[in-house]
Amino acid sequence: MRKIDNNSSFFTLYSSFIRIFATENCKAMESRSLVTIANHSREKIEYLIRMAQEFEKHPNRRLLEGRIVATLFFEPSTRTRLSFETAANRLGAKVIGFADPKVTSGTKGETLKDTIMMVSNYADIIVMRHYLEGAAQYASEVSPVPIVNAGDGANQHPSQTMLDLYTIYQTQGTLENLNIYLVGDLKYGRTVHSLLTAMRHFNPTFHFIAPDELAMPEHYKMYCREKGIKYVEHQDFDADTIAGADILYMTRVQRERFTDLDEYERVKDRYLLSRAMLSKAKPNMKILHPLPRVNEIEYSIDDTPYAYYFQQARNGLYARQAILCDTLGITLDDIINDKTIIS
Amino acid sequence: MKRQELQVAALENGTVIDHIPSAKLFEVISLLHLEEVRSAVTVGYNLKSKKMGHKSIIKIANKFFSDDEINQLSVVAPNVTLSIIRGYEVVEKKEVKMPEELIGIVKCDNHKCITNNEPMPTRFHFLGKERGTLQCHYCNREISLADVKLV
Repeated sequence: MRKIDNNSSFFTLYSSFIRIFATENCKAMESRSLVTIANHSREKIEYLIRMAQEFEKHPNRRLLEGRIVATLFFEPSTRTRLSFETAANRLGAKVIGFADPKVTSGTKGETLKDTIMMVSNYADIIVMRHYLEGAAQYASEVSPVPIVNAGDGANQHPSQTMLDLYTIYQTQGTLENLNIYLVGDLKYGRTVHSLLTAMRHFNPTFHFIAPDELAMPEHYKMYCREKGIKYVEHQDFDADTIAGADILYMTRVQRERFTDLDEYERVKDRYLLSRAMLSKAKPNMKILHPLPRVNEIEYSIDDTPYAYYFQQARNGLYARQAILCDTLGITLDDIINDKTIIS
Repeated sequence: MKRQELQVAALENGTVIDHIPSAKLFEVISLLHLEEVRSAVTVGYNLKSKKMGHKSIIKIANKFFSDDEINQLSVVAPNVTLSIIRGYEVVEKKEVKMPEELIGIVKCDNHKCITNNEPMPTRFHFLGKERGTLQCHYCNREISLADVKLV
């Protein structure tokens, strides 16, 4: 009798396990794609920051062992691709994909949908960069596996925003009530637009410093007013203007963005950050930059405690590890209780 | 009805779409796929109108549209009125209402939008009367209702 009882509890346990496994599998089948973080709640952003903190403590794990991550770069972006591939590799996943759109069938006229359907037969998750806006959203609607947007034209670049948020949190110990100065190309710079949107939960004060031709577009200022985000616009870029900054977010003023090249010549050197301009900076102030930098931050600043752009780039690894795991349905609890850490 | 007012023949059963701006007549015909209708369709173009100066009118015999079909017209002609006719009598009058979502109707004016480069339907969200714009579901571009072009 006793043996039968044991057997029956074994079967009950076994069938519960199968049920749980099936439910988990179904969960994984739900679309967990990351196309934008514009709609992420405050809680979701804080959750992903907590995950990134865990990865900063222990970046090397076998959490994604047996998984295949595809990186499809329809537009080259070495920095972003290396960061995603490192994130996948350090978690034990295998990586397939292409870095150069010239080698893809897109050049032979294959549709994006066909490419995505083909690759989804092989990979558990697709990280994609595309020159067309909305490409990742569309891919997420047709793909049976989750899509991670690694930039779609001038539209969205959520992993950059996530690493910016993580860096701000890491350097300031909070995301609340910060003075964030955005400098340079505020018209086309999607990183500054995404940051503006994502920070709406945290009562920031933004300061916009840009030439007229690259000023923050009116619809983003309208967005700020609608959401109660405080902002100040500045003409000057000097020590006094930036004295109140907690975060100084520099971007590059690019020649090709100007319709009037005389205007470019007039303003190109006005948005360069020199070491002398840091004389009145707050001690907690950090300089961020999405990179690549050309000359907009003087090289001698690299040695000051204010420079943080290289650490910011390193944070891209932890932020992308968090994004890959979250997109694959791995929870913060799974990561905290992870037994696969490689010391 | 007085003789001079009878600009278009009366309808026994069907739908009358009135107060169409003449410049939008062919877009209305296209949106409702009237070229595929097998019953009689009478089109009045550039008729005199007290309210509008000139207007156009379409009478479609034995054809009744769903609200979804009718509401698409709000993109090009938001002020049209529809009369449902049965036995020569107007049994119902309808106005068009902008749907929250428009699929496969409006063209995105961003040439770098995926919808202009992939065989797929467009998708737009209506951002409300005050804003007066549609937003592309894919590239997020906002288009003013006055500038809308159909696919």
